[in-house]
Order: sequence, then C-alpha cells, then structure tokens
Amino acid sequence: MNAIIAITVVLTTIAGTVVVLAGHPKRQALTLSMFGLTLTVLFVALQAPDVALSELGINALVVPLIILLVAEKIRARR
Amino acid sequence: MRILLFCCAGWLLLIGCYGMVTSRNIIHTVISLVVCQSSTYLILLGIGYRSGATAPVYSDTTPSKVVDPVVQALCLTDIVVSATIIALFLALALQTHKRHGTIDPDELTALRG
Amino acid sequence: MSRRIRLGVFAVGACAVGTMLVIAFTGLPSFGTQRHPYGDRAVHMSVHKQTTSNVVSSVNFDQRATDTLGEEFILFTAVVGTLVLLRELREEDERDESQEKRQIAARGLPSTALVSYVMLGVTTLVGLYVVAHGHLSPGGGFQGGVVLATAIHLLYVGGGYAAIRRARPVPVYEILEALGAGGFVVLGLAGTLLTGDLLANVLPMGRLGDILSGGDVELLNLLVGVEVASAFIVVLSRFLEQYAVVGARRPTTR
Repeated sequence: MNAIIAITVVLTTIAGTVVVLAGHPKRQALTLSMFGLTLTVLFVALQAPDVALSELGINALVVPLIILLVAEKIRARR
Repeated sequence: MRILLFCCAGWLLLIGCYGMVTSRNIIHTVISLVVCQSSTYLILLGIGYRSGATAPVYSDTTPSKVVDPVVQALCLTDIVVSATIIALFLALALQTHKRHGTIDPDELTALRG
Repeated sequence: MSRRIRLGVFAVGACAVGTMLVIAFTGLPSFGTQRHPYGDRAVHMSVHKQTTSNVVSSVNFDQRATDTLGEEFILFTAVVGTLVLLRELREEDERDESQEKRQIAARGLPSTALVSYVMLGVTTLVGLYVVAHGHLSPGGGFQGGVVLATAIHLLYVGGGYAAIRRARPVPVYEILEALGAGGFVVLGLAGTLLTGDLLANVLPMGRLGDILSGGDVELLNLLVGVEVASAFIVVLSRFLEQYAVVGARRPTTR
C-alpha cells in the first residue's frame, strides 16, 4: 500500500509542477484535469473515497471547463 | 514515506506561489492558486492516514481500523467551495479584460474607476 | 518592480517558508500513526450515537454541522458575486443576432449526441444515488450535487446550446439554490427551538445501515445536494452564455 501511495504522491507532484509551468491557460486547463485525476487516485490510496469523489467532480471536470470557457471568451474578444 | 509526502506538499505550495509571482496572465495566477490549495489536502490527509486501515464507512462491514474521518470532512467541503471561489475569480478576470483590454498583471498598472 | 527584483524577493520568501515548513513537518505525527484521538471519538459518536454508517458525513452534517453551514454560505455568496459580475458583462455586450443563431444551431455528430443522451440518464441516476446514500456510503450532497450539475451539461455536448437552454430554466435553479441554503438554516433553527442547540438532531435516528437512519444527516445531505447542483448549474450557465452567445460576436477592435 505504501508503495502505491509513494508513486501517486510523486506523480501528483510532477503533475502539479507541469500545471504551473504550462504557459497558456488552455494547456493549463488540460493539465489541471490530469492533476485532478492523479489527486483522485492519491485520495483513494489514502482511503478517502469521499474526498476523491468531490476532487474528481471539481478539479478534473468543472474547474477546467470554466477555465476553457473563460480563456476562449477572452481570446475571442481580442 | 513521511518525508516524501510532506516534502511533496511543501513543493506544491512553493511551486504554486512561484507560478503566481511570475504569472503573465490572471487566469494562470488563479490556476497556480488551485495548485497551492491542493498541497493542503496532501498534508491533511497525510496526517489522517493510519497504516493498514480502511475508509471510515460502516455500511456493509465493520472494519477494525479506519483512517481519521475528521480531516477528510475538512478537505471535502473545501474542495467544492473552492470551485465557486475560482469561478468568482475568473468572472473578475473577464471583467478586468472588459475594462482594461488586458489580463496581464504587469500591464494593469494604472488604477481606473 | 522589475521581474528580477520580484523573483529575488520571492526566492528569499520561499527559502524562509520552506525552512519553516520543514521545522513544522518534523513536529507532525508520523505518517500512518495509529494514534488519532479526534478520529476515534468521531467514529464512536457516529456509529454508536448517530447511526450514520459514513462517518465523514456524520462529521460534516452532525458533529461539525455549524462549520458546514458557514461553508455553505461561502459557496452561496461566491455564486451571487459571480452572477452579479457576469450579468453586468451580459448587459454591456450588444448582441449580433445572426452570429447568435449560427452558434445556437451548432451541434455534435449524431453518434456523439446518442452517447451523451444515454450518459445523461446514467449520470443523473448516479448523482441522485450519491446524494441519497450520503449517510451510508461514500458520497453526499457536495459530491452528488457536482455530479448532477455536470450531468445536465451532457446536453450541451449532444444537442448544442439550444438543447441545454431549453432544458435548463436558470431562474428555477436560482430559486432552488436559495431554497437549499435556506432549508439548511431552517433545519438548524428547528434544532435550536426543540433542543436548544443549533443544528441539533430533530429527526428519529433509525438503525445503523438503514436507508432512513442518521437523523438530520440525510435531510441536510439532500438540501446541500440541491444547493450545490443548482449553484454549479447557474454558474456554468452564465459562463456558457458568455462563451456561446456573447462570445460568438466577431472580434472587435477596442
């Protein structure tokens, strides 16, 4: 179990770093979704299914969707 | 294991702050804040973990050892509430772009009414 | 402040914060520790006194329900703020009718539409299940509400903006959101009137593992589910409208 947690923690950290370093908001929306998925797996490994469910809905779905809509809107305005 | 988990949480916090400091785009700033926030979930759930325990659910089985449910409850509400806060920030970004024609914090120097 | 000075200031601050974090982390309990005084008490309360199988729900909606009430109102105010900001944007933008019609007529491939309509039913069912069984299995109002809110947006994938606009009368969801938040307060005050404590249990407890068990937890879960689902539907509707209708104008020079 500890090995799974260790691997997902490392994956999560890499994904989070990629989110911050990805330049464009649209690219960030996609990497944020991936980050949300790695966090979900980590929460399941840490025996927190409730938290994993809300993380899956929010950071892997809703927030990237809003970011994509806003980024596209601002691009269209330019 | 403890060192790895908490160092990763600290790293996520600092890299998120780095993203906010160097950001050239308000949307990017908001997303970096999301990464910062996620680091607190890592710390909280890391503290609440118990070796060899299962999730704190007693519906079908009666597990002998369960992980700490209190920290999970804290994380859970925070994740959902934070999403609406992010929506509020992004609405502010849209307004800023409408008023000033840019969302680069460095270009938003003059205060206008 | 130039970028280099800013990075310098950040580096100093980051080093200081990093050092303090390391000092703080050495004082934390070790990972996987068997000693969880609060957790053990919460589990005992939940299983033996409150007959709530999912201890996390019991902590959220019973033992720390006042905290959840506060969180709920953070959510409520954030949504109201978002709506105010976006409504102003909508009124300022004048619309181009032909562009609007073209955008509304756009829809996906028939196969995409079929899959998304089938998944709409499945996702709604899952959302309702997650809300309704919040006191028994992992889930609850917060998670189920998000699932329900995303379910309705499958209509946008399948049928385009027109389909989702027909199926989703936004004013209704605005009212539902307020009712969800208000219901939480009313139930809390009912606890005050009957027992003297805010959000104290007023409903019968039932038996551990039954669908009707856990007292207030189940009802509060439903109310939060209604609030969260309508909150996200309303917020996403405003962002979608910005994108699909107002954003479809040809780019203008400002």
